[in-house]
Amino acid sequence: MTQVLDKPVRTLAPAAGERTARRRALLEWVAVHSLGVAAALFFTLPFVFVFLTSLMSDTQALSRDLVPHTWEWGNYRKVLDTPGFLTWWRNTLMYAGLGTVLTVVSSIPVAYALAKFRFRGRNLALMLVISMMMLPPQVVVIPMYLFWAKQLDLSGTLWPLIVPMAFGDAFSIFLLRQFLTTVPDEYVDAAKVDGCGELRTLVRVVLPMARPGIAAVALFQFFYAWNDYFGPQIYASENPGAWTLSYGLESFKGAHHTDWNLTMAATVLVMAPVILVFFFAQKAFVEGVTLTGVKG
Amino acid sequence: MSGTLTSGRRGGPGSGAGGGTRARRARRAQRALRTFAFMSPWLIGFGVFFAYPLLSTVYFSFMHYDGFTAPSWNGAQNWRYVFAHYPLFWPALRNTLWLVAVMVALRVVFGLGVGLLITKIRTGTGVFRTLFYLPYLAPPVAATMSFAFLLNPGTGPVNSVLERIGVKAPGWFDDPSWSKPALTLLALWGIGDLMVIFMAALLDVPREQYEAAELDGASPWQRFRFVTLPNISPIVMFAVVTGVIQTMQYYTQPLIAGKVASGVIQGAGTQFEPGYPDRSTLTLPQLVYNLGFQRFDHGSACVVALVLFALSTAFTALLMRRRGGLVQAGD
Repeated sequence: MTQVLDKPVRTLAPAAGERTARRRALLEWVAVHSLGVAAALFFTLPFVFVFLTSLMSDTQALSRDLVPHTWEWGNYRKVLDTPGFLTWWRNTLMYAGLGTVLTVVSSIPVAYALAKFRFRGRNLALMLVISMMMLPPQVVVIPMYLFWAKQLDLSGTLWPLIVPMAFGDAFSIFLLRQFLTTVPDEYVDAAKVDGCGELRTLVRVVLPMARPGIAAVALFQFFYAWNDYFGPQIYASENPGAWTLSYGLESFKGAHHTDWNLTMAATVLVMAPVILVFFFAQKAFVEGVTLTGVKG
Repeated sequence: MSGTLTSGRRGGPGSGAGGGTRARRARRAQRALRTFAFMSPWLIGFGVFFAYPLLSTVYFSFMHYDGFTAPSWNGAQNWRYVFAHYPLFWPALRNTLWLVAVMVALRVVFGLGVGLLITKIRTGTGVFRTLFYLPYLAPPVAATMSFAFLLNPGTGPVNSVLERIGVKAPGWFDDPSWSKPALTLLALWGIGDLMVIFMAALLDVPREQYEAAELDGASPWQRFRFVTLPNISPIVMFAVVTGVIQTMQYYTQPLIAGKVASGVIQGAGTQFEPGYPDRSTLTLPQLVYNLGFQRFDHGSACVVALVLFALSTAFTALLMRRRGGLVQAGD
């Protein structure tokens, strides 16, 4: 909290003052970094214990041991061999992958219009986008379910979750719009002077500059679909062939009643891809989070 | 909708000073068409997936409808049922208030604390930041399952350690008075989003103000209180209001925690009375599921949905008023 590091106060004789300042700086360094290590333990130990338990034998998983006696890597094999697990993977990839592509493609033009066009009702539209973004999905779920299940007979599939993503997602539109407003108008105007149409300007000039924003939106959307529990619960619960990982994971604890080791192995397999993706795209992601709160 | 959105069309023919020539009108029409084309995905989405179902929710809240027989009008019956007779409504609302008062507040304080800490760390900053951030990414179902294991009173590592050092360990997700604190702990674990937002805000505080305060002999606490806090107060406000809005949507974590702790096996048609233990993890979104998809009382489910709508809209309005910047970006 103190700023002694950068600005030692020189009131006493220079030598003595410098010594106290340096000692204070060292003490502060130690205090800050001890706190840092304590916090790091709080954030990482849950992962560590989950991982350790996932490698325990069935009998040891029933004990209070913290570290496995024998390392049962076969637990992961068992999880992957569970009927359905690979289907859940495939379904999740389809929901998250296709959903992300559709969201990005349909949200970009809307965000561009909201950022760069001048038209009546633009602020109203933006306010409605923000309202939609803040709305719990449960508010409209009853009519939506009746629409997909009774009129289109699509319950038991993930299509009721994927198709709406082709019509713009409020959060993605908002985030992209925040990003696109930072693209200077001069570039847009210059492209138009050069004879580019609206669509060409967007694709050739604006989008390359907005790449970090697009990456952040794609990541958020991918994670959203990957993590979604409520959606698959409403539309896919009746058909295990359409379950996603997030939805199917919970059935693990049920099916393997007390086997925490297998449940935790499955948990690790659901977490791992998200964390891997994060390591490859850390910068875009953190930038995106910052953009939701600070810029604007 | 399209009427208000199309550009220029009503740009004021009177003010056009002899405008309205055919060429200009054509250009305006073209621009309106262009705006309309770019906005069209959202316009359709707004109509089909927002406006229509919202109106429909209002309509169904006055109907008796079980999904099998035709809907029939029953006036304010559903409303009376939800507020006066549905046993889960008030516990869910009370839990939501608890979560707003405790979980949201602690998350903001903890997020600010971790944000401050990360700005002070000079060695290995990148590693610390990544470690602090990682739990935020854990998928909610997986994170909740992990905590249900870590905190389970039988074999969980947390209670093993606590008892080994002689602390009487709580029942966490199995004890009605500890289940919400356990959920709060889970929420604090996933503080990464707030940490990043606060970190960015803290780094934006002008250095000169700290230096000036230091020259005036301000203590570290005074510097925090009179320099840091006023500078980041809009972000604190943002964190509080979005926290409240997220609490209105709080669904997956309490549901999974309750299900796993109670040992209910999932499957089609499973009748899980939500809120285990003793309704202590009930939240409003769970009621929509319970009424609509377990009790097949779509009408009453729509009443709860509208309560949820009213609450989130109120807080969203607050967010947009307090932070005009959220809307007027860039220019």
